[in-house]
Amino acid sequence: MRPNSLPLVETFFYLFPVTPILQAIDVHKQYAAHTALSGVSLEIPERSIFGLLGPNGAGKTSLIRIITQITGADSGEIRFRGEKLNPKHIAQIGYLPEERGLYKKMKVGEQLLYLAQLRGLSRADALQRSKAWLERLDLKPWANKFVEDLSKGMQQKVQFIATVLHEPSLIILDEPFSGFDPINANLIKDEIINLREQGATIIFSTHRMESVEEMCDNIALINRSRKVLDGPVGQIKNTFKTNTFEVEGKGRLMVVHPDFEVIEHKERENGFFYDRIRLHAGTTPNDLLRYLINNVEVHAFREQIPSINEIFIRRVQETMPESLVEEVAS
Amino acid sequence: MNYKFWLIAQREYLTRVRKKSFVVLTLLVPVLMAGFLFFIAKLAKSDDTKVDVIEVRDETNLGLTSRLPTTEQLLFLPAAGSLTEAKQSFQKSKHDGLLYLPANLDVQNPQGIQLFAKGNVSLRKQRAVETALDKVLSELKMKQSGLSQEQLNRLNSTVSVTSVSLDEQGQEKSSNAGATTAAAYVLALLIYMFIFIYGVQIMRGVGEEKSNRIMEVMLSSVRPFDLMMGKIMGIAAVGLTQFVLWAVLSYGTSTLVGTFVAKSFTSKSVAAATVTTNNSAANSGATATTTERKDEASATPAPTNGIDTVFKAVGALPLGTILVGFVIYFLGGYLLYGALFGAIGAAVDDQTDTQQFMFPVTIPLVLSYLIGISVILRNPDGPVAFWMSMIPFTSPIAMVIRLPFGVPLWQLGLSVALLIAGFIGTVWVAARIYRVGVLMYGKKVTYKELGKWMFYKG
Repeated sequence: MRPNSLPLVETFFYLFPVTPILQAIDVHKQYAAHTALSGVSLEIPERSIFGLLGPNGAGKTSLIRIITQITGADSGEIRFRGEKLNPKHIAQIGYLPEERGLYKKMKVGEQLLYLAQLRGLSRADALQRSKAWLERLDLKPWANKFVEDLSKGMQQKVQFIATVLHEPSLIILDEPFSGFDPINANLIKDEIINLREQGATIIFSTHRMESVEEMCDNIALINRSRKVLDGPVGQIKNTFKTNTFEVEGKGRLMVVHPDFEVIEHKERENGFFYDRIRLHAGTTPNDLLRYLINNVEVHAFREQIPSINEIFIRRVQETMPESLVEEVAS
Repeated sequence: MNYKFWLIAQREYLTRVRKKSFVVLTLLVPVLMAGFLFFIAKLAKSDDTKVDVIEVRDETNLGLTSRLPTTEQLLFLPAAGSLTEAKQSFQKSKHDGLLYLPANLDVQNPQGIQLFAKGNVSLRKQRAVETALDKVLSELKMKQSGLSQEQLNRLNSTVSVTSVSLDEQGQEKSSNAGATTAAAYVLALLIYMFIFIYGVQIMRGVGEEKSNRIMEVMLSSVRPFDLMMGKIMGIAAVGLTQFVLWAVLSYGTSTLVGTFVAKSFTSKSVAAATVTTNNSAANSGATATTTERKDEASATPAPTNGIDTVFKAVGALPLGTILVGFVIYFLGGYLLYGALFGAIGAAVDDQTDTQQFMFPVTIPLVLSYLIGISVILRNPDGPVAFWMSMIPFTSPIAMVIRLPFGVPLWQLGLSVALLIAGFIGTVWVAARIYRVGVLMYGKKVTYKELGKWMFYKG
């Protein structure tokens, strides 16, 4: 049941993605015993890969279930391309839950047809596209096998196809790489990037930070039902930079200097050393480099940029006491 | 109901109908049914229509042998020689019994009559012989007291009672208590079985979706209500398909068996009749019945007097009401209980935990069946019958038991209205439990919790 959007309109959004594909505005969700989401607001731009991060039980799945219309928010609003989220958007959203599942007693091809039709695709279209996808992911010989006869990895692939078969413009992937061997994980990664190239937006919920750094354009970090951080990956990394540089070289380095401090020093064999040096405010990397050149033989010099993983851990720890205080108060 | 509902119902239907177990069961039951019928028919026939040939060693000088009446079941032949000789020849013969009437038989107080048989004498055979003897002796007594044969003939009368039921419009219909009771019993059993078998299938299906973890994918595509109703309706269609196939196939196989049985028994009675050709008195009677039977056999495939009466009795039942009522209560009861079974499947994580919730759901079902086939069958218009046929949880079974006996229209209307209301109510409750339960994992659910789920916001 896709809306009859004119190609012109789609082209316009393609060229000028002004409205975010998805906006969450002050979303609250309360379960009997605990608060799942409190005042979460997000904007997910068109044609981007968005990382939704957070420790277990932070509220990621609750937010995803609201976006996929499995449950509703207690208050707040979700907008899909500026329009209040409603059942007609189901056809434009694809969802791969963390807990995978397929009908075990159904054949692969039939299953794909069924799920795609439930998402509003016509039978003929579903048939054609599922054939193409099965071929692409090397599953063609298995199309007439029962799902229970497939290996776990193959089932995961089938489920991935089921998620994207109806060509949704918003694809939500909860831990998409779990259960894949490295080769298939790469295959899926390429497909995800490919889908973005074709104009889809991907929400990525994961704990695996490497994949976030590699693929995501924007991230949001949710902890204890609150959004604690969001923005473009590069920008966040810059904000969390500590002006620390890694130096490897040969010689003896002065330990005390007014413009910088050595926060870690390791002696290596053959007179080599490894140092982590933090610059004080107003000192440029070139100042440090000049000083180093005068004193030691420099073999390596690079800025230490925090990984998303480090930022994640730091931010989660930072926000922990605050929420604990709040819990005691309530 | 939208297209997603139909897709779901279709999938539930097709995956089940295509299963090997469905095909096997659908074919097996009519075959078993036919086998069972054949077995019963064979037993009944060999009992009923076999002509027992009884030799009579008559030592009295009353000429009792020729007076003993030949019936459809008994044929009396005089035995020659002494009792010992008669016994010996009887052992060698194919005859079924040897009746010994001692010389000093006192008509007023007959003692010492013996019936010899190979093996045990069946009660039935003994009774038949006794009746025959009784008739002959009492005729004899009456003659001795001075009644003429003509007077005797006039004394003989055959009594047969035809029961007639008066319906509300005062129209008369011949009724048959046996057929009515049997119809009530069968209808109740069918509904009971159907609700149980297919209700549990709904529960299993939901449980499977839950443990397969496909629920989340499904719920992001369809409303929980559509998913639940699609499953319930799809499985209902499976059940109806199975029942219709069973009915058609069973009818086919039974007809076949009927034809076969009729043929095989006709030839047997011919054989039995030929044995008796040397007896002039019995001969004409026996051949007459045989030819009659032959004619019937060639005219209709499965003709016995019994089946004929059954058809007549069934025809006398309010068939239209029964049929429409049966379908309504069949579906209404199934939907009402099916929704509850679906909710149980959604509420529990583990199939073994279903027991605690199954219990309260099945109690009204089991009770209505047990009370139905005892109390309601005995008094189909009593207060128990009335109230049980009004309460939606018991009415599907209670009312179908009452249907063959005739139910006032207003009661029927009220009961159906209540059933529909009850059905909507349980579906509402079940849909709420379902909606919350299907995504609830790793938690042992209590009744208190189920109560809370009903008032959760979407």
